[in-house]
Amino acid sequence: MSSSTPSPRAERGPVYGGNAGMGSEYLEVRGLSVTFDGFKAVEDVDLTLFQGDLRFLIGPNGAGKTTVIDAITGLVPATGRVRKSGTQLLGLRTHQIARLGVGRTFQTASVFEELSVLQNLDIAAGAGRSPWTMLRRRPRIEPRVAEVLDTIGLTHLAGARAGILAHGQKQWLEIGMLLVGDADVLMLDEPVAGMSKEEREETGRLLRRIGAERTVVVVEHDMDFMRQFATSVTVLARGRVIAEGSVAEVQADPKVQEVYLGTATAAEHTPAMEGA
Amino acid sequence: MSTATALAVPARRWAAVPARLRTGAGFVLAAVLLFAVAPAVLSDFRLGLLGKFLCFAIVAAGIGLAWGRGGMLTLGQGLFFGMGAYVMAMHLKLADAQVRGDAVPDFMAIAGVREVPGWWQPFSSPVVTLLAVLLAPGAVAVVLGLMVFKRRVKGAYFAILSQALAAAFATWVIGQQMLGGSNGLNRFRTFFGFDLADPANRRLLFFIAAGTLLVVVAVVRQLMHSRYGELLVAVRDQEERVRFLGYDPANVKVVAYAVAATFAGIAGALFVPLVGIISPSDVGIVPSIAFLIGVAIGGRATLLGPVLGAIGIAWAESSLSESFPSAWVYAQGALFIFVVGFLPGGLASLGGLLRRRRAPARQEASDGGTPGEPARPVPTTELEKEPVA
Repeated sequence: MSSSTPSPRAERGPVYGGNAGMGSEYLEVRGLSVTFDGFKAVEDVDLTLFQGDLRFLIGPNGAGKTTVIDAITGLVPATGRVRKSGTQLLGLRTHQIARLGVGRTFQTASVFEELSVLQNLDIAAGAGRSPWTMLRRRPRIEPRVAEVLDTIGLTHLAGARAGILAHGQKQWLEIGMLLVGDADVLMLDEPVAGMSKEEREETGRLLRRIGAERTVVVVEHDMDFMRQFATSVTVLARGRVIAEGSVAEVQADPKVQEVYLGTATAAEHTPAMEGA
Repeated sequence: MSTATALAVPARRWAAVPARLRTGAGFVLAAVLLFAVAPAVLSDFRLGLLGKFLCFAIVAAGIGLAWGRGGMLTLGQGLFFGMGAYVMAMHLKLADAQVRGDAVPDFMAIAGVREVPGWWQPFSSPVVTLLAVLLAPGAVAVVLGLMVFKRRVKGAYFAILSQALAAAFATWVIGQQMLGGSNGLNRFRTFFGFDLADPANRRLLFFIAAGTLLVVVAVVRQLMHSRYGELLVAVRDQEERVRFLGYDPANVKVVAYAVAATFAGIAGALFVPLVGIISPSDVGIVPSIAFLIGVAIGGRATLLGPVLGAIGIAWAESSLSESFPSAWVYAQGALFIFVVGFLPGGLASLGGLLRRRRAPARQEASDGGTPGEPARPVPTTELEKEPVA
C-alpha cells in the first residue's frame, strides 16, 4: 500500500452525513423493491448516500444487501427510484449506469487474470475512448492510471499478470479499476472477505482515503472492520431497512440486536451474525 | 539439462532483438518463403494446393481472433466463406459467358434457362462483386452478432447457433438450381480477364492469396496488440465485469466476429479461382469444423498458431490421404483429442511450457523482486511479444 502524502481533500476524511455540504454528490434510493418469482428479496428500501460518507450496509445472510447493490447497478430488475445527483438510474442498462459513475466490485474478485495490472486499469479507464484510440496500442501510461497505481499500492506490480496477485491485491486492483474509471459512487461487496488482518487494515485505510471524495457503500459481514472504519451504517433484515445511523446508534438499537441474536448485542456476537 | 541450455541460448538472443525489428523480420521471412521459395521448389500443382491452404489459413486467422481472443466458438464460418465464394463464382460464370458471347452461363444453358436471373445481374460488375465479397459477410456478421450478443447468447449456444446457420446455408444452396444445386459452380475459365488455364496466371493467383494472408496476419496482429485486443480478452474472461466498467461487451464481440467473417468471405472468394469449384460440401458443417481443427491444434490464442495450424493440418491431410486414404481421419481425430485434452493452448503453447520448465532456475538469478511467474500479460507465444510498460 502506498504511503504517499494524501491530498488536502483526502485529509478531511469521510464523516457521518457526508463532508461536502450542499455541493455534495449524492445517491438517493426511494422505495426500492426487488422480487424474485414472488419472493420479495428487497422491499421498499430508502437510502440517502452523500459524498464523503463511508456507509456500511450490514445485516444477516439473506437480508438483501447484495441485491440492493445489484438493483442499483442494473444487474437485477427493480422498482422504485434510484437517482444519482438527479439522474434516474433504474431502467438503464448496466454499462450505462457504469458510465454515469456508479461502480461496483463483487464478492469474488473478478479482475482480468490473463491481463497485467496495468492493462486491467487501462481498460477500466477507457470506456469513453474513441474507436480510433481503441485500435491502437497504448502509447504510454496515462497519468490517472499511474496515480491510481500509487493509490492502491501496486505500482511495483504494474506489469505483473493480475492472476498471480494475492487475494488482497486483487481486491485493491478492483477498487483501483473503479477509481481510474472516475466512478464517484462505489459499491463494494465484501471487500475484505478472506483477507488477512494486515490486508484488512490496509483496505480500511484505502477506503478512508478514497471515501473522502466519493460516495462509498460497503457491504460487509466483518463487524470489527465495520466498527473501525464506517462513518455511517444501514442495517438490513429480510429485505427491509431496520436501522440507520452512526455505528454507536446502530449498535444501541434494540431492533438490530434482535435480528442479530435475540437480545444480545451485535458487538458481542460477531461470529454468530455471520451464520444467522 | 545440456539440451535445455542449448535451446535457451538462441531464444534469449532472439528476445533481446527489439520487437519492431523482430516483427519486420518475421514478415520478411514469410514473404520470402511464400513469394520466392514456394514457387521455386513446388510444382504448379503443389503450389495450387498450397494456395488453397492459404485460403484456409486466412479463415483460421479470423477464427483465432474471434475464438482464441474473443471466446466465440465460431463453428459456422462456412456461411461467410460460402458467401464470398458464391459471389465470386457467380461473377466468374457471368464473365465467362460474356467472353464466349453466350447469353447465360453454360450450366444454365444446359438446364434450359434463357435469361440470367435478376439477382445474378449485379455480380456481372467486377466492382459490385469485390464490394460484396469485402462487405457482405462482415455486414451479415454485424447483424447476426448484434442479435445474438445483445441477447447475451454465448458459449455452446452461440456455437450451435452459428453451426446451424452454416448448415442452413448449405441446405439452401443445394435447393438453388441457379447456384448449381449440390454440384455447385465450377469450370471457371477466366479471372478478371486472365486465363485461368495459364500457369503464369495461376501463379499470380497464388501470390494474391499469399499477399492477402500477410495483410490479414498484420491486421490481426494490430488488433491483438491494440487496446481493443486487451479489451477483447477481458470480455472473453469476464464479460460481466466489463459491463460494469461501462462497456457494452456485445459491441466488442461484434467487431471481432465481423472481422473473422470478413476474412472468411475473402478466403472464399480466393478459393473459387484457385480450386476451380465451389459446392455446398465446401460451406456446410464439415468444412466449418475443419476450419476450427487447425486453429485448435495450432494454438487459438496466438497470432501464428491458427495460421500455421490450418496450413499444417491441410497439408498433412492432402499428403497423408494420398498414401493412406483412410488413416488420415483417425490421425486427425487423435491429434485433435490429444491437443484438446493435454495441450489446450495448442502446439504453440509447447514453447511456453518448455520455457516455464526452465524458468525457476533462471528467475532466481535474473530478477529478485517479482513473485510468481514472470510478467507476461496475455499468454502469447508469438515471437514478437513484448512487455507492456
